[in-house]
Amino acid sequence: MLVFASIALMMVGKIESVSVDSARARVTDAFAPILDAISRPAATAARVIESAVEVENAFDENQRLKAENARLLQWKQAALRLETENASLRTLLRVTPEPSVSFITARVIATPGSSFVRTLVVTAGRRDGVRKGQAALAGAGLVGRVIEVGEWSSRVLLLTDINARVPVVLESSRQRAVLAGDNSDQAKLLYLPPESPVQVGERVVTSGHGGLFPPGLPVGVVTSASERGVRVLPNADLSRVEHLRLVDFGLPGTELDLAAEWK
Amino acid sequence: MTATFWQRLDKAGRNLAPFAVTVMLVLIGLIPIPVPAYTPVAPQLTLISVYYWTIHRPDLMRPGVAFLLGLLQDLLIGGPLGVNALMLVVAQWAVLNQRRVFLASTFALLWIGFAMVMAGAVFLEWLAFSALSATMLPVKPALFQGLLTVAMFPAVGWLLIRMHRAFLNA
Repeated sequence: MLVFASIALMMVGKIESVSVDSARARVTDAFAPILDAISRPAATAARVIESAVEVENAFDENQRLKAENARLLQWKQAALRLETENASLRTLLRVTPEPSVSFITARVIATPGSSFVRTLVVTAGRRDGVRKGQAALAGAGLVGRVIEVGEWSSRVLLLTDINARVPVVLESSRQRAVLAGDNSDQAKLLYLPPESPVQVGERVVTSGHGGLFPPGLPVGVVTSASERGVRVLPNADLSRVEHLRLVDFGLPGTELDLAAEWK
Repeated sequence: MTATFWQRLDKAGRNLAPFAVTVMLVLIGLIPIPVPAYTPVAPQLTLISVYYWTIHRPDLMRPGVAFLLGLLQDLLIGGPLGVNALMLVVAQWAVLNQRRVFLASTFALLWIGFAMVMAGAVFLEWLAFSALSATMLPVKPALFQGLLTVAMFPAVGWLLIRMHRAFLNA
């Protein structure tokens, strides 16, 4: 009897995904305070262990950071020069300014332990300005997008989930593709032309097609390119995201308006 | 009269223990642990709990309870609804059918029994997810999750025995 109920639920979940989503958002909301409370000791323990390891490596780390800092200062100079140049060129061309960007920072309180689902639950919801479809960034790059918003919690679908699809572009060859997760640690590129020149180590950024994400967000790096497909390793370490930024770019079509994509 | 009321309340509270413990295990299973590649293979603590209580207190771990727990897990995990519910209900039913064998057996046999239930659950989960996404998904992560759960069984089992004694054998 209940077996059939479960199977029926699966069907209902497939068909009535909107109401299931809102039910799920409610339940997640209800449990968010508890999850928040119990995730803190775990985070603290992890931090203690990590700091112990860091103390051990402090000297090497310091050396490395000094070298990196010197290199980054050079980059900073280059960036400043390019910024002024860019600004002056923009004034010459009368480019419309990009939509303003606002960030919502949220803490990760739950990472479901399941072999077939890759999502995160974070402590920010509708009352904080989170909307469905917003991009989630962590440190070095894109993590995923918001798929479900509760009152004070929301759920992020990671890039590596089997249902995740992100329109991307390869940075140097400007080749468009779709990044698709398959529940492994790396995602694969779909719809690449067969003879496209893809090099290992090439950076992958969002293309902005579909209107969901703005163009140019760093996503990952190509790790292997063969006949069996091109694999991309996300920049952000998805297994240890603690805080992430939900980004509201104020672009049209962020409410997952499918009609807008076909115009 | 009041005494019986309080006694009844106490009894009801104690009888809720299996359910409450399993809910706690659902939540513990969601804690983010910053270990690389841990999340995909995080052990299925709820299955251990359902297995344990079905053997020792089937009157408190009914199919309905297993179904509710699975549903809660589905809602919190964010996967398709009903997969964990199906898994726990089937596991509960399977264990209940063989309960006499399990009750009379030693801990090692209980462990082997759990490994068999887990294998079935892994297969069922994989089948459900594959059917829902209409592709053949790799079974390997689920297999490792199963192995890790089987490895965790003694520790969680010990905890459940302590709970059992504390709440239900008073």
